[in-house]
Amino acid sequence: MHTPTEQERETEFQARIDRGEMIEPKDWMPERYRKQLIRMMSQHAHSEVVGMLPEGNWITRAPSLRRKAVLLAKVQDEGGHGLYIYCGTETLDVSREQMIDDLLSGKAKYSSIFNYPTQTWADIGAIGWLVDGAAIVNQTALAKCSYGPYSRAMVRICKEENFHHKQGYEILATLMKGTPEQRAMAQDSMNRWWWPSLMMFGPSDKDSPNSGELMRWKVKRHSNDDLRQRFIDRTVPQAENIGLKVPDADLKFNPETKHYNHGEIDWAEFYNVIKGNGICNRERLKARREAHQQGAWVREAAEAFAAKHKENMIAA
Amino acid sequence: MSNSQWPLWEVFTQKKSGLPFEHAGSVHAPDKELALQNARDVYSRRNEATCIWVVPSEYIISSTPEDMGSFFEPSNDKIYRHPNFYKTPGASFE
Repeated sequence: MHTPTEQERETEFQARIDRGEMIEPKDWMPERYRKQLIRMMSQHAHSEVVGMLPEGNWITRAPSLRRKAVLLAKVQDEGGHGLYIYCGTETLDVSREQMIDDLLSGKAKYSSIFNYPTQTWADIGAIGWLVDGAAIVNQTALAKCSYGPYSRAMVRICKEENFHHKQGYEILATLMKGTPEQRAMAQDSMNRWWWPSLMMFGPSDKDSPNSGELMRWKVKRHSNDDLRQRFIDRTVPQAENIGLKVPDADLKFNPETKHYNHGEIDWAEFYNVIKGNGICNRERLKARREAHQQGAWVREAAEAFAAKHKENMIAA
Repeated sequence: MSNSQWPLWEVFTQKKSGLPFEHAGSVHAPDKELALQNARDVYSRRNEATCIWVVPSEYIISSTPEDMGSFFEPSNDKIYRHPNFYKTPGASFE
């Protein structure tokens, strides 16, 4: 029997993708496809987990019991989303332990957006509406990606994100109906979160080194710029609806393309935060490390209990 | 840095009685009770399940993509198992 060469296998793999087939964990895949997915998926999982920190900051100070219950549920969802994606990534033969080690050592990246601080209650609104709004656009596209476990995790997440998105908008809509101070607080939050939210889609297509390969493998289905445009087009009318101003002097609806033209994004800031020089980079990692260390006794105790229980079962 | 990630369990959920169990994903847990609790917290925060199965992942036996052709061959070559194989001139089977 003819054993297929690496080249033949790659050709067949690409043909499967082109036919719209999904790739499952035990299927043959190019090593590079596996590596790229591990990189993307683990970054995504880390983002969910680190994303709990800026919001967790406001749980004790939420302005009402209703808001507190909602925020708790949302933060718990983010932890759950992290777990969906970690378990999806584990199907690519990398352990969760390894991924978490890479996060805590600073080797792995997570979304830069979470290196910005949550200074006011309005920021909780902005995160839900803008940050989760951007994430929904991204994740809806990823739900159609070629790797089965990633796609399935995204479908689950997208269902849950809609609540996050709407509760954020509700917070800002409420503030915009409030006192002049409350409206100013909402606008200030919009001013600080708008541009970092646009950066969440990643560098412009011409500067995105991985995009070509990921598009060919249908891991990515749309370019960064296309997704960013989609987010802008649906978000600007929502802002106008509650009287928030988008902090972009060049923003203008283009009746020919039916899209909003927008101003230049400050990519120097983006790369600076990625490099670790954002306002909260150090604080976020420190908080994750502490949480991991302080939780060690729980993991050990549960393991000891399980081991003891097993002994008893054997003895009986 | 981390010292344990606990064994892996596969999680199956049943949306409501009468429906089949579906694979939801996996969780790490030191024992079956915590596996069930973790599965509930991760995969059923919005009434997605009325019943949950957890199975240690190492006990899941799967066919492999390599033998996909020959393994499923017995079902591929018996088109007469499908009702549309048969000619039933004029008669209604609704």
